[in-house]
Amino acid sequence: MLTNYDQSLTSHVQPIEAGAEAVAGAFLDGRPVLALANGEVLFTDSGERVFAHPDATILCAAGGRDRLVTGGDDGRVVETRGNGTATEIGNEKGKWIDALALRDDGAAAWSAGKDVRARDPKGAVKSVQAPSGVRGLAFMPKGYRVAMSHYNGASLWFPNMVAEPEMLRWAGSHLDITVSPDGLFCVTAMQENALHGWRIADKKDMRMTGYPSKTRSFSWSPDGKWLATSGADACVIWPFESKDGPMGKAPRECGVRPARINRVAFHPKAPIVALGYDDGWVLLCRITDSAELLVRKGLEETDEVEARNRPRAPVTALAWDADGKRLLFGLETGDAGLLTLPVV
Amino acid sequence: MTATNEKIPVTVLTGYLGAGKTTLLNRILTEDHGHKFAVIVNEFGEIGIDNDLIVGADEEVFEMNNGCICCTVRGDLIRIIEGLMKRKGKFDAILVETTGLADPAPVAQTFFVDQDVQDEARLDAVVTVADAKWLAERLKDAPEAKNQIAFADVILLNKQDLVSPEELREVEARIRAINPYAKLHKTSRCDVPLDAVLGRNAFDLDRILEIEPDFLEVDDHDHHDHDHHHHDHGHGHHHDHGHGLKHYHDEDMQSVSFHIDGDVDPHRFMPWINHIAQTEGPSLLRYKGILAFKDEPKRFVFQGVHMILDGDLQRDWKSGEKRESKIVFIGRKLDEEMLREGFMACKA
Repeated sequence: MLTNYDQSLTSHVQPIEAGAEAVAGAFLDGRPVLALANGEVLFTDSGERVFAHPDATILCAAGGRDRLVTGGDDGRVVETRGNGTATEIGNEKGKWIDALALRDDGAAAWSAGKDVRARDPKGAVKSVQAPSGVRGLAFMPKGYRVAMSHYNGASLWFPNMVAEPEMLRWAGSHLDITVSPDGLFCVTAMQENALHGWRIADKKDMRMTGYPSKTRSFSWSPDGKWLATSGADACVIWPFESKDGPMGKAPRECGVRPARINRVAFHPKAPIVALGYDDGWVLLCRITDSAELLVRKGLEETDEVEARNRPRAPVTALAWDADGKRLLFGLETGDAGLLTLPVV
Repeated sequence: MTATNEKIPVTVLTGYLGAGKTTLLNRILTEDHGHKFAVIVNEFGEIGIDNDLIVGADEEVFEMNNGCICCTVRGDLIRIIEGLMKRKGKFDAILVETTGLADPAPVAQTFFVDQDVQDEARLDAVVTVADAKWLAERLKDAPEAKNQIAFADVILLNKQDLVSPEELREVEARIRAINPYAKLHKTSRCDVPLDAVLGRNAFDLDRILEIEPDFLEVDDHDHHDHDHHHHDHGHGHHHDHGHGLKHYHDEDMQSVSFHIDGDVDPHRFMPWINHIAQTEGPSLLRYKGILAFKDEPKRFVFQGVHMILDGDLQRDWKSGEKRESKIVFIGRKLDEEMLREGFMACKA
């Protein structure tokens, strides 16, 4: 209605009835799966449902190439494999699992309140207590090291070393956290609708502001030079190619629509970012020229005032397969879909 | 708004240690009142009820990045409410129990400061359970107890069976010196109908219908001119106003109210109230007002918590309804003259 998309891919989307809010998506040995808020892990190819957290809610999930790890309000951390087996790898009795991170070598980390645990590929678990509740976790690309976000900053922790975690300070509440693929920068999303970054080598601060709401999703471009972020009516993409990061540089924007972007996911090989909006729309956007491809049409586009007063249908999960040929998405409403890119 | 966007009501339960919060909490969890509560508690062990909708919290208070001490919020609450929203449909109301030493302000402010929380939940009321036997002592030595009384929309003056009628009147007067506006119920073992505690809509601008002191045992309900009901006297003495309640002046925490018989000029009032919120916010716990704006057919209502101010035009002034403007402040060491002069200067 408001935009003519350069091309539509909607006919290449296979709809999925997930039946519950999608928390995250992943491809396990190529099989598309969704972690659902109702405690289930859904293999969307066969329709098989794994009851990873019976009678509980999945609060957070992280997907890798061969496993999906979920954290629930039952205090359990469960690893689901591509063959449908689910194994409990952690149990924080009586607590909620607030954050999760994975690494392709088989390591996992999770937090419950202030307690952070890291489990190495052999299953050895190490623990540390953060100064306050931890809401975000990420593995550093080099070495066995975990970045965690909390009040008044972030901490970098070597689980196998006795030393105290190294603190990166900045006043306020830090939510999610990510580390650049080159390991030079650490970025958090804050309570105050802003990102905060540190150049890890010298702890130099960077402020990335201007968002109308919180950033709750970020994704690095395959070359590691760009960080795509949610939280605005466009995807805000910060340049990290120089040694100073994005300081003094304007971000790129793409996918401008009269709706808030809720999830972002860079294509694993191309300069294309998938965008999930809070009105159920999904677009692909090429960051070099802002060309847009429609993947899913959500609620009818409308003016801003009306949009604010209607029920939302936010896209809550977006995941590419390893080759970048398929995109799995899920919504808070329980709707989901699988895009298979046409061969050109 | 559509029905599907109905916000979840949140009741905040405060009270000094031992006042009877847990008793009330257990009643809310076990009695049939047609609601299914998710309960956010701090002392897990005290509740002897198995309920998978009971969540432990850490009372993690942090300052928003502007560094203002009165823009503190409960980060753990933001996180918990976000998690609870993933199981929408399993509960229809939230109850937040605070520790006995907690200041209610960060809890309340969380519901005004965080947009995601605000989209999903609304503060219904702050309910304070007070111990009839020990409250008077606590008001002397525990600033937290005073905050909890000053902040309350509903006060349960509990354990009334453990004190004499004189003692009860005494402690009630102490409460009224701090907060004459809260609904006060005298109880034993928190035996109050639950609808006196739940579903109060105390923070709903549309429900601010009148601003009058609440005196439970006053039968005539004829107190239209109580603007200065406890400020017309000096410190250190008290006297009886004819309805059996002694009048105290609390040195530290007061409420003041001002009245203009007619309209105010919004171009003077709005900058003034914003200025007051900015400069006096740290010492203002709760404030609200109903105003007649010049040339405006609708009533303007506002409420504030410390520096957070929320106001909107409400319903029309009814025909025959007297157009008047009234504001109240509950706060610490209020400069009554400064506030009065400032407000009176807004007269249209």
